[in-house]
Amino acid sequence: MTTAATGSRGSTASLRHRLAERGIDSSLWLMVPALVFALALFVYPFSYGIGLTFQPGLATQEKWGGGVLANYVAFFRDPFVFDSVWITMRLALPAALFNVLASIPVALVLRRRFRGKRLMTSILVLPITLGTVLTAQGLLIFAGRQGWLNRALMATGLVDQPVQLVNNYVGVMLSLIITGFPFAFLLVSSYLSGIDPSLESAARTLGAGWWQRFRRITLPLLAPGLATTFILTFVLAFSVFPSARLVGDAMGSTRVMSLMAFRAFGEQNDYPMASTIALMMGVVELAVVALVLAWRALLYKGSTGGKG
Amino acid sequence: MAITAGTFDSLELRGVGRSFGGHQALAGLDLTVRKGEFIALLGPSGCGKSTALNCLAGLLPLTHGEILLDGRRVDTVPSEKRGFGMVFQSYALFPHLSVAKNVAFGLHMRGLPKAEVSRRTAEAIELVKLTEHAAKLPGQLSGGQQQRVAIARAVVLEPSLVLMDEPLSNLDAKLRLDMRTEIRRLHQSLGLTTVYVTHDQEEALSLADRLVVLREGRVQQVGTPDELYDHPSNWHVADFMGYRNILPGTVVATTGGDGLRVGLGATTLTCRPVGDRPADGETVRVAVRPDDLAVVAGGEAPRDGNALEGTVVVVEYHGREFAVVVQAGDGTLLHVRTPEAPRVGDTLTLTAPAERVLVFPAALAGEATAGAEARAVAA
Amino acid sequence: MAALEKVRDEAPPKAPARGRRPSRPRGSVPAPGTTPGEKRLAASPSAWFVWSGMAAFLVLLLGIIVAVVVDSFGRSWFDTWLPAEWTAQWYAESWDRFDLTHVIGVTVGVALAVVVLSVLIGVPAAYLLARRSFPGKRLVNVLFLLPILMPPITYGIPLATVMYAFGLGRSVVAVILVNLVPSVPFVILTMTPFIEQINPAIESAARMCGAGMRQVFTRILAPLLVPGILAASILVLVRTVGMFELTFLVSGPQSDTLVVAIYRAMTSAGGGEARQLISAMAVMYTTTMLAMLVVALRFVNPTQLVAQVKEARDD
Repeated sequence: MTTAATGSRGSTASLRHRLAERGIDSSLWLMVPALVFALALFVYPFSYGIGLTFQPGLATQEKWGGGVLANYVAFFRDPFVFDSVWITMRLALPAALFNVLASIPVALVLRRRFRGKRLMTSILVLPITLGTVLTAQGLLIFAGRQGWLNRALMATGLVDQPVQLVNNYVGVMLSLIITGFPFAFLLVSSYLSGIDPSLESAARTLGAGWWQRFRRITLPLLAPGLATTFILTFVLAFSVFPSARLVGDAMGSTRVMSLMAFRAFGEQNDYPMASTIALMMGVVELAVVALVLAWRALLYKGSTGGKG
Repeated sequence: MAITAGTFDSLELRGVGRSFGGHQALAGLDLTVRKGEFIALLGPSGCGKSTALNCLAGLLPLTHGEILLDGRRVDTVPSEKRGFGMVFQSYALFPHLSVAKNVAFGLHMRGLPKAEVSRRTAEAIELVKLTEHAAKLPGQLSGGQQQRVAIARAVVLEPSLVLMDEPLSNLDAKLRLDMRTEIRRLHQSLGLTTVYVTHDQEEALSLADRLVVLREGRVQQVGTPDELYDHPSNWHVADFMGYRNILPGTVVATTGGDGLRVGLGATTLTCRPVGDRPADGETVRVAVRPDDLAVVAGGEAPRDGNALEGTVVVVEYHGREFAVVVQAGDGTLLHVRTPEAPRVGDTLTLTAPAERVLVFPAALAGEATAGAEARAVAA
Repeated sequence: MAALEKVRDEAPPKAPARGRRPSRPRGSVPAPGTTPGEKRLAASPSAWFVWSGMAAFLVLLLGIIVAVVVDSFGRSWFDTWLPAEWTAQWYAESWDRFDLTHVIGVTVGVALAVVVLSVLIGVPAAYLLARRSFPGKRLVNVLFLLPILMPPITYGIPLATVMYAFGLGRSVVAVILVNLVPSVPFVILTMTPFIEQINPAIESAARMCGAGMRQVFTRILAPLLVPGILAASILVLVRTVGMFELTFLVSGPQSDTLVVAIYRAMTSAGGGEARQLISAMAVMYTTTMLAMLVVALRFVNPTQLVAQVKEARDD
């Protein structure tokens, strides 16, 4: 190799040296397709949507005023729209909370090894395949006025009149539990399996009863996982759409934000207003998520002694 | 044996360094490896020895310096084209390929004809005595067998240089001794040139022709095993070479000749300074190996007037001798080996010849920053 | 201890009992792999409460499924426990009425396209995120996390608006593209821990054996990642077939997937469609999903899989 060639090699190498130190080299090309995808299908449309929210339609401007902010004025001033925030919260928060809390004892019970555990787990996971639409259809038939559930209740004499279980708040809540619980259960069991059982044995040798072991060992170790589970199930419940329409009371107690957004988008073709509601949906949801994350940051998150 | 090592005359590392962000994992490594040498890079975890090996392998791009093979720059050559072989701590066998396919992988990558691939694969497997396991998957082998496969996979390519990254640290004690002999045997019989990374000084001393001791990314000393064992260049290397008693002291007086009087708590020892003679009143480290200390029997005079008195606190049985911990009056713990077991609570007087009591400056070489110095003193 | 055993034996019927009874002969000796602590916890009085809660959930779940199945095979089912007549005609009728050949063709085509594209895009990115650190890595992580954390409608409506503006509205291409938005991040999140599990030294070893980047991918990583890719693919397939919100925003009569077609039939003006037609469609839908789930469970333990996903979400 000639001196000149070595010299030129040297200079490129030094640039490479500097880039290498910062972790930049040719393998970063592997990221390009995913980045192009994210920019084209997520970042660009999202920014476009945010831009749209500042271009209110004429009707909105005339009715609510506020110039470029007319969409936001409409969102906060129009009770028909703004109430949907509370309606959504009233559904999503209790549903997520219930799903997480109910998952803890079930996961604790199913943590033990017994035959048929796999079958049990599979049955609990089954609703994931149902999807919201079949769940809605099933609820309408099973829990409707003439469905088996009401028939059984009346046959056992528990009630005289059929109980209204669908086309209202209860129907949507049931649907959220059926679709959300399995998900919460899967997450909680996986967090639980990450806690080394010998920790509980250790607590036992130190004289802790089952409740003390759960309260002082398992629960604190599980808490960050519960927070994550809550966030993910809340996200699922928050964007409830088909069930609110199909088994809920779409113009009343289950008039959730996604329905309002879709009404503006599909029925009124008011894309700016639809984008505004959609964006506010994201804001509200991420606010709850941020709160839970802030709480979670206060918890112990180190090793739990197991594989987790 | 048909497998031989690829050849070169010299491999030169010039000022090789690697930083991660602002942190220097390795800095200013200068080393010339000659053909057929067995070099061990020795140091505690985080000292930069694995970084050095990965830089040599090309798995980690350098941020400083260059590597020359017979005067030709190789640090810009990707690792797959350098023609080095490597054995990993975790064996890193391909879990989905059989032993034979693992060994043959590199030969396939070179596009060699099938007949040659199977011939050389069989030879390499025979070399590590695994012929009857050739069809098994790595998961079905014991740790020692897996490491043999890893070695076969590295040497089958007839590499000009074999790099070994703590290859024995995942094995149990007995197997480790057997594999150590095995590695040395292969190194000699195949005429390999080997760079071997370890944190185990015994392993390094027994295997290597030359040792490179690293600390915090910097070379502390390069030398043959006996050079390092008898003449460590600073207290850190001494610590690594089995000088278990490293005590802080203050120079009391420079005596005539080689000697030096150093105050240690209540007593004063005559010692041998290493490197520059420290001045009176300077803070130093005194290093003594447990086997250089001896118990003074009643009526005997301590050697060179060096006497350390203390109470026995721990006695461990180590086969032919006893490892005893003695607590001196000021609380300092001294490690000593004795052929007879004292009882806990006995008072003993220990002695060592001035020749074997080494005195080092408290600061370590290569520590430019005040922070590092402070750490060293704290340590 | 005997009392606790009694509680365990009185577990509610159906699946739990089936699962528990065989473990009885072991008596009070804890089963292997079970610490005494767990057993006590489960056998406490609250276990009753847990099992009955689970029983209620199962009754509701099975009731829903069976009701739809019965409905789809029944005729004139009004004020009775079971339909007056049994028939399979609803299936044939709904197949014709809703042009299910086309709908299912679209569903399968969309799902497969989304799976292939999201794996091709997501796996290389997951590889980099699992193995390397580079400037802006945190930003990239957040970028891929957002579509999973946000309600689909939030990004779906702006995206659909853009699609219509580009003239892609109601096309199959649009359906594929919108479904990619949550699927690619999902593949990345699922694959990152799979890739992290592979010892990086294995790749280094392959390179030291003379394998280039491409050969490392094809000869070493690809075979090792097959289980992970399969798991991620099946999950993306299930999610895409079940994805309602996003598909609904951009699909039209020629590009409706099965789940959207069912929704449209259920909400068609005037409630004109017979309920049984919809039930028949819903049964077909669930059977498909169930088949996929069974296949998925053969490859992966769901608990483990979610554990891995969760770890990825944690950072």
